[in-house]
Amino acid sequence: MIQLSDYLTVAAILFAISVAGIIINRKNVITLLMCLELMLLSVNINFIAFSRYLNDLQGQIFVFFILTVAAAEAAIGLAILVALFRNRTTIDVEELNRLKG
Amino acid sequence: MEINFEQIVFYGFSALLILSALMVILVKNSVKAVLFLVLSFFSTAGLWMLLQAEFLAIALVLVYVGAVMVLFLFVVMMLDVRVAAARHRFTRLLPLAIFIAAGFLYLLHWIIGEHHFGSDVMPPPSNVEEGYSNVRELGKMLYTDYFLPFELAAVILLVAMIAAISLTFRGKRSRKSQNIDKQVRVTKAERLKIISYDTPQEKDKSKEASS
Repeated sequence: MIQLSDYLTVAAILFAISVAGIIINRKNVITLLMCLELMLLSVNINFIAFSRYLNDLQGQIFVFFILTVAAAEAAIGLAILVALFRNRTTIDVEELNRLKG
Repeated sequence: MEINFEQIVFYGFSALLILSALMVILVKNSVKAVLFLVLSFFSTAGLWMLLQAEFLAIALVLVYVGAVMVLFLFVVMMLDVRVAAARHRFTRLLPLAIFIAAGFLYLLHWIIGEHHFGSDVMPPPSNVEEGYSNVRELGKMLYTDYFLPFELAAVILLVAMIAAISLTFRGKRSRKSQNIDKQVRVTKAERLKIISYDTPQEKDKSKEASS
């Protein structure tokens, strides 16, 4: 039988991979957005695993709303990316330093 | 220790998920990265199916693989991104990334290990009875207790759609707007015109004077 900790471990490994991806990919904003999607996915795995092992359907409702917000976030993020590429002709994180932040 | 079918499915999908997630962050080509992301979403849907969240597994495949990932692929192919060979930053930051990820996992394993969430602490749930429908139960909750958040989610999607369109719209905007600069720089001569005009009484007076 599969334990709850197995699912949590898989989700934690996925989260760690996406954190590492955000650190090493400094060239491409699209990859950063993809790493954010992976992070949300790992959180969703946790929600659904707890929902199953606690016999509570509210976790799945939460995942439903997280999926909605993540889809909206991806759409707006990609739209900003397209507008940015039109203005600066680059999406390199290192070169987007006009605000000097 | 015998291995049953459920464990084979779990370990297979988990290995596929972790491998494809690793490929997402390691592969150079963005198109390949998106395709590996699709693979990781598929394997996650398999895991959710194993957790008996059928509706969300199908929604993940339909919404994410069908819509969001296609959007990603579209943007990646539309933007002319130079696949730069600048890998020196990559190798320079790799030890830091491995250190942070490993430290994060090491800290997390104290929390999510078997002594807290093992099978003797959190026993595996019994299987649902025949005729149970995950979709029906979720729908009941969504349309009763969570109806307001459900409507708000629809509004969020609408706002996101309008924002995405208005951010990338490049055609002629046929809207009436003020040109503040022009309004401020207006002079008296452009707006006010003084003309001489004889009123009827003045006309009569001038007639009398001439006659």
